[in-house]
Amino acid sequence: MTAEKMALAKAINESLRTALDADPKVLIMGEDVGKLGGVFRVTDGLQKDFGEDRVIDTPLAESGIVGTAIGLALRGYRPVVEIQFDGFVFPAYDQIVTQLAKMHARALGKIKLPVVIRIPYGGGIGAVEHHSESPEALFAHVAGLKVVSPSNAGDAYWMMQQAIHSDDPVIFFEPKRRYWDKSEVNREAIPSPLHKARVVREGTDLTLAAYGPMVKVCQEAAAAAQEEGKSLEVLDLRSMSPIDFDAVQASVEKTRRLVVVHEAPVFLGTGAEIAARITERSFYHLEAPVLRVGGYHAPYPPARLEDEYLPGLDRVLDAVDRSLAY
Amino acid sequence: MTVESTAARKPRRSAGTKRTAAKKSPGARPDLVQLLTPEGKRVKNGEYDAYVADITPEELRGLYRDMVLTRRFDAEATSLQRQGELGLWASLLGQEAAQIGSGRATREDDYVFPTYREHGVAWCRGVDPANLLGMFRGVNNGGWDPNSNNFHLYTIVIGSQTLHATGYAMGVAKDGADSAVIAYFGDGASSQGDVAESFTFSAVYNAPVVFFCQNNQWAISEPTERQTRVPLYQRAQGYGFPGVRVDGNDVLACLAVTKWALERARRGEGPTLVEAYTYRMGAHTTSDDPTKYRADEEREAWEAKDPIQRLRTYLEASNHADEGFFAELEAESEALGKRVREVVRAMPDPDRFAIFENAYADGHALVDEERAQFAAYQASFADEGEGIQR
Repeated sequence: MTAEKMALAKAINESLRTALDADPKVLIMGEDVGKLGGVFRVTDGLQKDFGEDRVIDTPLAESGIVGTAIGLALRGYRPVVEIQFDGFVFPAYDQIVTQLAKMHARALGKIKLPVVIRIPYGGGIGAVEHHSESPEALFAHVAGLKVVSPSNAGDAYWMMQQAIHSDDPVIFFEPKRRYWDKSEVNREAIPSPLHKARVVREGTDLTLAAYGPMVKVCQEAAAAAQEEGKSLEVLDLRSMSPIDFDAVQASVEKTRRLVVVHEAPVFLGTGAEIAARITERSFYHLEAPVLRVGGYHAPYPPARLEDEYLPGLDRVLDAVDRSLAY
Repeated sequence: MTVESTAARKPRRSAGTKRTAAKKSPGARPDLVQLLTPEGKRVKNGEYDAYVADITPEELRGLYRDMVLTRRFDAEATSLQRQGELGLWASLLGQEAAQIGSGRATREDDYVFPTYREHGVAWCRGVDPANLLGMFRGVNNGGWDPNSNNFHLYTIVIGSQTLHATGYAMGVAKDGADSAVIAYFGDGASSQGDVAESFTFSAVYNAPVVFFCQNNQWAISEPTERQTRVPLYQRAQGYGFPGVRVDGNDVLACLAVTKWALERARRGEGPTLVEAYTYRMGAHTTSDDPTKYRADEEREAWEAKDPIQRLRTYLEASNHADEGFFAELEAESEALGKRVREVVRAMPDPDRFAIFENAYADGHALVDEERAQFAAYQASFADEGEGIQR
């Protein structure tokens, strides 16, 4: 079978379907995931095909969803739970941080917690409050969790398979504004490892590192910069915990300049960690300080202001210019 | 039926009148399941007698032995904390009947989700008491394989485990197994959202789980009346499953009621809330000072309802145990204390690389990197030490 083109949301749907088909222990749980197919229709049709026992509509209680998923995992199931929106994960944050992340270590490795928590995240769809946040750094900071985010359909299909197969809890951030973007999904490809970054565009003058929704913005920025004679390399990190620092380092030691781009607030964010590590690893290779482009230290703004808040082409290119000016 | 709410019992406030908690003797209440009175008299109960009808004198002596040894283990751990061998201890003193009665009601294939004070339940599940001491000594954060005795790790965050129990029970039902799950928590935990959510989930999915609330009257310094305005067992009604209040100092009643609830669960009739009405005679933990918030008379009143003395009176009056039994048990109790002391003192500090062990099941690049840095740092001391020696 050759590659087929599909939207990112559909790719995740297909991936979940594949997992449900392959392993009777895989369960889907969440609010509205059944008949409705999720508010973004990511689980569309799954309950119809696999039944209410495998695709479970839950009470409206996030801590309950994650807490019971932990119990199901202890019983040998592999639950994939959906948190409806990024800003709604916090009632479950306690269960994720104090229980899910630590239980394997507390049991001296005797039990495993193969729970995947899917979170549609990020802005750009004109949503109301609590529907556009990027809390990935809060999860990446917690030992015991793995945190990933695909940027395209092909990756989304395989990364979801890998997350479900992982014996560790995985927080799977889905870039909701890319749900409808289509790209190729090759179900017979040998996928790259879950936590490996990928060069999506080669370049020589500067590295743009991003993940999830910002990869596309960076690709557009690189295309625009090309017209000005600048050659930018674009790196899709794919994973925020662990971060593939080797890949970032390799790219930076080629281009000597690094700009990290994400929607989440810059302060104490993923970009801060990358800037610090790359400064440690590649200090003598850098021609400019590592720069960050991202959200502000402010609540995510109302929809009419989100274009000001979100990194766009101009803010990315501005950072590129600042870096190249050193 | 009239609902006797805490609010109704609250005395009116008036200037100059010291507010005191009006407490009725729980034994006098019709809503309290009791099979052994505080005076050690066996009383009939039409509904629950059947669950202990076939209990033998030997089994009764077994329950007594469990309670005595658990209390001894607990006392030893408290002493060891005072001697600096444990960083902290959460004593179960006074709650032996609630824990042994409910713990002995479980079947081997049932699964237990404890909070951090269930030393008696752990005893019933065959968990080596020494395993319970590791986290209090600071050599691990849990320390046992939950699946070896179907006894989950202690959970410090209040109420979290009730959801794990519910999820596990949902899994049991999916598997078509006829085992049941029991979740322990306290009156303080009943205020937590997770407990409410576990009630909702277990009711909605008809999960085979028993919620065993040990209402020991105090959540550190906060009395039960700061947690609820209605008797806790009555909460179950709002979720659509039965709630029962049992005399938590009556081991026989706790055994009977828990058996009933577990059997309901096995039959696919869903969750039950059991409120074991008991008393924490000691401090919340060894860091706590209950003299700051509760009266001596209160403890004295509860000491008269001591669960161990109660069963002893019954065993003696019914000629189910003789002096020889009690003397033998005393010797066994001494031996247990000695063993616990020795085990704790011999418990080694963990290997320093344990910091990085089991952070992840599948490994993690950052952990690998930091472990290597840590190893290099440790190795640098070894070189230094050698240098000094030379």
